[in-house]
Amino acid sequence: MNAPAGEIILDTQHLSMRFGGLVAVDDLTFAAKRGEITAIIGPNGAGKTTVFNCITGFYQPSEGMIRIMHADGKEFLLERLPDFRIAARARVARTFQNIRLFAGMTALENLLVAQHNRLMIASGFTLLGIFGWPGYVRAEHAAVEKARFWLDRVGLAGRADDPAGALPYGAQRRLEIARAMCSEPALLCLDEPAAGLNPREASELNKLLGAIRAESEASILLIEHHMGVVMEISDHVVVLDYGQKIAEGPPREIRDDPKVIAAYLGVEEEEVAR
Amino acid sequence: MAVPNEPATRARPAKLDLAGALKDAALAAFVAFGLFSLMLGLRTDTGASGRLQVSPRPGLLATVVAAVFAGRLMVALIARSRIAADFTRSVQTITPQFEKLGRFVAPALLALALLAPVLFYSNRYILDLGILVLTYIMLGWGLNIVVGLAGLLDLGYVAFYAVGAYAYALLAQNFGLSFWICLPLAGILAAFWGVMLGFPVLRLRGDYLAIVTLAFGEIIRIVIINWQSFTNGPNGISGIPRPSFFGAPFNDSEAGFAALFGLEFNPVHRIIFLFYLILALALLTNFVTLRLRRLPIGRAWEALREDEIACRSLGINTTNTKLTAFAMGAMFGGFAGSFFATRQGFISPESFVFMESALVLAIVVLGGMGSQLGVAVAALVMIGGFEFFRQFEQFRMLVFGIAMVSIMVWRPRGLIATRTPSVFLQKKKIIPADIIEEARQ
Repeated sequence: MNAPAGEIILDTQHLSMRFGGLVAVDDLTFAAKRGEITAIIGPNGAGKTTVFNCITGFYQPSEGMIRIMHADGKEFLLERLPDFRIAARARVARTFQNIRLFAGMTALENLLVAQHNRLMIASGFTLLGIFGWPGYVRAEHAAVEKARFWLDRVGLAGRADDPAGALPYGAQRRLEIARAMCSEPALLCLDEPAAGLNPREASELNKLLGAIRAESEASILLIEHHMGVVMEISDHVVVLDYGQKIAEGPPREIRDDPKVIAAYLGVEEEEVAR
Repeated sequence: MAVPNEPATRARPAKLDLAGALKDAALAAFVAFGLFSLMLGLRTDTGASGRLQVSPRPGLLATVVAAVFAGRLMVALIARSRIAADFTRSVQTITPQFEKLGRFVAPALLALALLAPVLFYSNRYILDLGILVLTYIMLGWGLNIVVGLAGLLDLGYVAFYAVGAYAYALLAQNFGLSFWICLPLAGILAAFWGVMLGFPVLRLRGDYLAIVTLAFGEIIRIVIINWQSFTNGPNGISGIPRPSFFGAPFNDSEAGFAALFGLEFNPVHRIIFLFYLILALALLTNFVTLRLRRLPIGRAWEALREDEIACRSLGINTTNTKLTAFAMGAMFGGFAGSFFATRQGFISPESFVFMESALVLAIVVLGGMGSQLGVAVAALVMIGGFEFFRQFEQFRMLVFGIAMVSIMVWRPRGLIATRTPSVFLQKKKIIPADIIEEARQ
């Protein structure tokens, strides 16, 4: 990791997470560069989601440091912030492996909830908003426009007023990404966004993620099993197995790395050593 | 009763499972025997010498058990027939018609409420009942913020009602403050206690939160009972100042309301004033709730009800959001409490027992969590129904229980279980109950 400091957005050092005797993540060090898509891959139970939960504050890491550096020079140590502050101030947004939308609310409402903090300030913490303060009306209008933009981007413009729970699975995945993007993240963490998608939906997802990388300031951290997605769009791949980093590098190298192949295909220990 | 079961209910009428039904009925009869053997089967009388005598009543017991057996058998047979399945479905899918009806029911109810004092000018009983119903509507709407919108099960809501009532009573008696100054103060105090109680308990969720709020409701009541020097303990506070019409008291004096407006003095003036006062307070609660639903805080409450973890991942401070819901609900409870105090002129801890919390919660749950109209209708039916059945005192709880069970069987999400979106792009679509229900499982 010799890249200049300005290029790195997420710097994770010696991250360990233990649950009692179980070591889920063991001394993991990696960095994600600004404007890139960094993928974390590994077999089931390798500790990928645990890393995500540490980064987004849902777990308090046992050891280690997670530092995020915004483009404007602000820095936050994520292991010291409560989860909602990580989202609100350090601007880390995430999606979930098992989709967590507000199922009884419409797609549009889901995207407005994502803009909660900005709207809360605009509504004078409700005190002004309750009297229809013009500043708040403008802010809400802007929020709806932004939601409309993202609904358009993920191809759900026609279903803005449908409850999120009634959308098909693939659409729910895309809506969750749109919701995360509505919170204007500096780092977008996607936990298996292609899980359960058919090939056509997966390629649409690739396009969407590529577009996010190209057009927004958000860098992407991605957990994925779907190798098609990983190899096609990621710039940098970190491979975990049993909580440890076993390889790191550009996708081309990772594909041919014997250790990675062994981890995925389950080759004998001696063979790896050879 | 979810959709997936539908084919099963349809297929079942084909074969009549008599043996199963008989077994079911026998089990019910056995349970009934166990229950009633002591309650009905034995009767204690005072004998001739003044001693208690136990007289067995096997005939009555046998009749009741036989009735339960026959009833259960009937239910088992009918419930599997097509008629019952169709009926259940029609009750469950009545919602769209309900929504259409709702558009007319709400204004009609409002008009009725506004005109009630004119229509029933000479009928004090109806007006008093109206005031009572409106008080519970207001309490229901207040609790609806906490339970219906934010999804926090609060079993101690009556605590804030008590805080509001005692705040008004003590402020008015000790400092001679008028109702209109005390009202906001009582609301603020109740909201303050809402935050005080909420802060330690809001880390808990679901059932645990319910238990702790239940305990806090009781703590407040027990403090009121035992803090003799401050609250006058179980004797309560009497002689609480009656409300005045912005300074003009409702009596036959020179400066009174009647003299001021050149009317003949009539004690019903005060009742009418109280009626409009609680109507205004209830409508204020409704207006604020509807308004808050469209603001970020209201959407955050509903999002919190749907998925707390997702809320935190979006940067919403869930503790503060829950606290505001708690405080807002408590504030309206406090308003209702101070109204209660000024109407009764006397308050004691007996008015603030757990039963009141349960009643208000039942109103919210039966009405449909989150639905303003549903809560109003449920309050009208429950409180009005209680009054209606006053002559049949003994059967009141029976009817109440039957009503509860039927609602739970046929409309498990309450009378109005749909949700109206707070904002829309093209078309406002009512969100059906089953989607909301599925989301919460």
